[in-house]
Amino acid sequence: MTYVIVGSGPAGVVAAETICKLDPNSQVVMVGDEPDPPYSRMAIPYLLINNIDEQGTYLRKDPEHFDNAIKHMHGVAESVDVEAKTLHLADGQKIDYEALLASTGSKPILPPVPGIDGERVTTCWTLEDARKITATLKPGASVVLIGAGFIGCIILEALVSSGANLTVIEMGDRMVPRMLNETSGELLKKWCQEKGVNVMTSAQVESIEHHSDKAVVNISGDRHVDAELVISAAGVRANADFLEGTGVEMKNGAVAVDRHMCSSVPGIYAAGDAACGLDFSTGDFSVQAVQPTAVEHGRIAAANMVRHGSVLHQGCINMNVLDTIGLISVSYGQWQGVEGGDHTSLLDRDRFRYINLQFDEDMLIGANTLGITQHIGILRGLIQGQFNLGKWKQRLMDNPMLLMEAYLAATQGA
Amino acid sequence: MSWTRKIMRVNLTEGSISEEPLNMEWADQYIGQRGLATRYFVEETDPKCDPLGPDNKLIFATGPLTGTMASTGGRYSVITKGPLTGAIACSNSGGFIGAELKSAGWDMVICEGRSPSPVMLHIVDDKVELLPADDLWGKSVWDTDKLIHQKLNDPQIRIAAIGRSAEAGCLYAAVINDLHRAAGRSGVGTVMASKNLKAMAVRGTLGVGNVKDPKRFMQVTAEQKQVLAENAVTGQGLPAMGTQVLMNVINEIGALPTNNMREVQFKDANKISAEAMAEPRESDGKPNLTTNAACFGCTIACGRISTIDKGHFTVENKPEYWGNSGGLEYEAAWALGADTGVGDLDALTYANFVCNEDGFDPISFGATVAAAMELFEEGVVTAEQTDGMELRFGSAEALAWCAEKVASGEGFGADLGLGSKRLCEKYGRPELSMTVKGQEFPAYDPRGVQGMGLTYATSNRGACHLRSYTVASEVLGIPEKTDPLSVDGKAGLVKAFQDATAAVDSTGLCVFTTFAWSLDNIAPQVDAACEGGWTAEKLLEAGERIWNLERDYIQRAGLTGADDNLPKRLLKDAAKTGPAEGKVAGLDVMLPEYYQIRGWTSDGQLTDETRSKFGLPA
Amino acid sequence: MRLALFPCLPADLRILYNRVFQSSKPECLFVIISFDTHANLCHNTLHSISKFDLINDQGLVHQIGDKQMLRSLNINPDKCTGCLQCEMACSFENEGVFNPAKSRIKIFTFHEEGRFVPYTCTQCDEAWCLHACPVEAIKMNRETGAMEVLDSVCVGCKVCTIACPFGTVNYNQTTGKVIKCDLCGGDPQCAAACPTEAITYVDADATGLEKMRAWAAKTDNQAHVN
Repeated sequence: MTYVIVGSGPAGVVAAETICKLDPNSQVVMVGDEPDPPYSRMAIPYLLINNIDEQGTYLRKDPEHFDNAIKHMHGVAESVDVEAKTLHLADGQKIDYEALLASTGSKPILPPVPGIDGERVTTCWTLEDARKITATLKPGASVVLIGAGFIGCIILEALVSSGANLTVIEMGDRMVPRMLNETSGELLKKWCQEKGVNVMTSAQVESIEHHSDKAVVNISGDRHVDAELVISAAGVRANADFLEGTGVEMKNGAVAVDRHMCSSVPGIYAAGDAACGLDFSTGDFSVQAVQPTAVEHGRIAAANMVRHGSVLHQGCINMNVLDTIGLISVSYGQWQGVEGGDHTSLLDRDRFRYINLQFDEDMLIGANTLGITQHIGILRGLIQGQFNLGKWKQRLMDNPMLLMEAYLAATQGA
Repeated sequence: MSWTRKIMRVNLTEGSISEEPLNMEWADQYIGQRGLATRYFVEETDPKCDPLGPDNKLIFATGPLTGTMASTGGRYSVITKGPLTGAIACSNSGGFIGAELKSAGWDMVICEGRSPSPVMLHIVDDKVELLPADDLWGKSVWDTDKLIHQKLNDPQIRIAAIGRSAEAGCLYAAVINDLHRAAGRSGVGTVMASKNLKAMAVRGTLGVGNVKDPKRFMQVTAEQKQVLAENAVTGQGLPAMGTQVLMNVINEIGALPTNNMREVQFKDANKISAEAMAEPRESDGKPNLTTNAACFGCTIACGRISTIDKGHFTVENKPEYWGNSGGLEYEAAWALGADTGVGDLDALTYANFVCNEDGFDPISFGATVAAAMELFEEGVVTAEQTDGMELRFGSAEALAWCAEKVASGEGFGADLGLGSKRLCEKYGRPELSMTVKGQEFPAYDPRGVQGMGLTYATSNRGACHLRSYTVASEVLGIPEKTDPLSVDGKAGLVKAFQDATAAVDSTGLCVFTTFAWSLDNIAPQVDAACEGGWTAEKLLEAGERIWNLERDYIQRAGLTGADDNLPKRLLKDAAKTGPAEGKVAGLDVMLPEYYQIRGWTSDGQLTDETRSKFGLPA
Repeated sequence: MRLALFPCLPADLRILYNRVFQSSKPECLFVIISFDTHANLCHNTLHSISKFDLINDQGLVHQIGDKQMLRSLNINPDKCTGCLQCEMACSFENEGVFNPAKSRIKIFTFHEEGRFVPYTCTQCDEAWCLHACPVEAIKMNRETGAMEVLDSVCVGCKVCTIACPFGTVNYNQTTGKVIKCDLCGGDPQCAAACPTEAITYVDADATGLEKMRAWAAKTDNQAHVN
């Protein structure tokens, strides 16, 4: 059987590997549109601060990993002939498939402002972007970062430690609005400001003027910042353009999939950022765009590609961890809370510590934390285990730091 | 090397904190914890200072083995001048905060002056700050613990605090750490309160790493843990029954002081013993004892974790006392029980909880209640002073009432908070106070265990069993059996125990290990951890040096040989029952011999010769 | 009784184990697995059902390494006194200092209940941490069955710390890497140091891991239809 996997990020690689295990006699072709071996975008921030070299970002360290059962080829998927079950690449190659996986991830959105396509503007998404940023960063360089979302924040350390003068411009009213609530988003802003970063929230970039020696970023409220480098980290969207015209249904900009990770067109599956999959917490379908979800999607899609209908997705819990210049924030599940649910929080503004728990009846359904790292995964255990916490709910309401104790009580009757 | 070589000085008057290197010359002479802190204390404070004035200092000190894998290596001591005795107060505690302090990188914290308003000391490794504690003042230890944990947002933080009793001036208030471990005796908590220092909260993440010879240390500590495990007392008796293993034993030998030491045997001893704690209650089918528990690093685990019957009169409408907490140790069970004649185990447990909750010493408290009961029976204290409460021997209601009163310091609780000596003086019957140097007796009657009479009389911190626990020899036969009813050889025995104990108390280890260990077992552990060529002889010499240093200080503070005395009751009134029937404490024989062995003058004064022999400050 | 599973993922085995095996008579059960189960994924699960015959679709008894040799940490909270010898031993072995704050095993104290619960990684077959790692920095040691963090590869992204639903992978801010229990390469020091046998290192069959597995299905993102 021939499997074609489009996209060589974590979802694609895990899917390919899982297929090889389940169907050892299969042929798996994995098509990636970047020249490098499959690598992790999660690792790019650590490349930027020179903690690792480029090889350190590779998803698989064995150089021959993709030479045997999995055939990794460089190519840009252009379209799919659903009738013929053929993938067409931009260079004219055609690849026949019996099952196809769209694990094409996402791509950065550029904000629609004049000058965004200028030479001093880059995204921070690929290894190539990272090379460009590294080449420009130097002490005293003035750098403007558009967007204080996940990606913007996670590369802040690299930008700050390079000695650059940094300005961050965020449209939302706080930092990382899609992951952090108001309290933690504001606290993170304070943290960044104390690290010498100029943070503007509720601010819009209106245009970018390009001069020979610099760019000038014009910001709402008649503000201007000079920049040698402008990094646009204004968000991403699913990257599944090659499926246009196939009849594959889209949702929230990504491929709508069922609980077998199958699209509306039989034989075409999707996983990771490119898929609008089942959310464990809400029961709805959404794009989570996080690493653990990509991996789960990849495994489940693979099992169903090998034998359709064999594995049913139970839904991924949305979770994220972010290190912003050393301050670690975490979000899980329905951190925004649900109507009628209780919530509790502890805030230590001076020490940059915060925890917020959201409940539905006596079950934990979501959380936000800042500056807390010990045993943090237990939040997942508590949320996904859907434990009725009983008297421990009140204990958590009184002191939300007693998470491990609550978990042990729930699982071991401690 | 296992010292961190770093001490913290907190000037509460100015609100400033500084760091100093540890005096390693002193460390070589005084080891750590009790000894080394006393050396600092003696150097820095006027012996005549008011214990509750700003000139007194309060030192929290760890030992070189605190925070290491040596069994029981979790101890710390609080050293200050005690308000109960006017002598040096040095109270030792287990739990976890000592190791935490060490792990934060500190051998010692010296608090001086007096804060203008309530504060707490917050230590996270080398980040140290004084935080306002106005909101904590007036709160119990348990509430304080809870509030600090919440405020600092960290369940792992370890807390030592004082309760309401200390704030109210109870002279035997304790420093309670980890909810129910106590630097219990001599009023060290009262001193802390006088400094407006409500609590110390510690988080240590640096660890204890500078062990001299790690490989040898791991090997020798493992071997010595095996020795503890194989010993009947430390391997079986203490884990299973706790120190309460002694209740029936001491009663049988006729050395269980009862009803303010009028008797030496208690008819209800079996109702408040370790065996009783393990017995399921009729009411709810659960035993008083839930489990045993260990302090940091302790492979013995003698600690008791107990509950009170929810239907018991002391707690029936107070669900906050329905959970588990630190249960009765032998000394507390004796003071709260036998000495007051109360045979109600749950009432004792309740009083013990309250002692921990509001931070006061159950030994001094129980003994003071016993004295008050005698005053009441004598008609000196009347129902007028006690809001109508009948302070009768054997009354569990009276015991519980007294505990609550001392906790809050209200009404007659203020009188009880004075301790037995001042209470009996106040009511004109000083002879009814069972104290030495103003501190109440613990749980061994010197008429039945003669060595303990000398122990109490000569203890540098007032009556205390932990300064030379000759019970080990006289009752348990450790290291060799001596006759408890005889005074022969007891002077030498007491000195040997005093010196060895002073050394053990300075290492960071628990004195309970000495049921199985001698200094020969301890020296190789210290030596593997610390530079200085530590042998049993060197430890013993340091112990004797420490003893003399303490003695020198309390003499400069104004105490004399005349204070090495016992109440008349023990010297004149013979034991009425049991094996010691007809016996009085033979202090008159033992004391002169003791002075002689110590090399002191016949009236108990240190000589310059002794000072120079041990290199004590002139 | 004969059960067929095709295809077979670790979760199949575990769910089967939890829901079927425990309520059935083991001696009459057979599991047919259709592929050469990847030891990385399955050894622990298979091990937990090793008292049953495992045969593949060719009718051969399934071989999975040297599973009889595998041992696990067995934790009995009833015996724990909360002394923290295990935490010191762990931190000493791994960090060279006595430092409970850096221990991979942790004692949780339930003061009101009078209970101490040692807690660490059970090297679960699902290995959420291993799967979540974007750079292959967590690998299974085939000798011990432990999931080990390769310090030289770990970039410190912390995804494993949020992915592990047991909360047993922690980020070490000092080193910028994550830390977790690695069974000390087969000689776990916590078990060696425990004075009361609350922590023992025993044949995996004898451990109480089932307890953990009993609820773990809830955390799994996949269920198998047939």
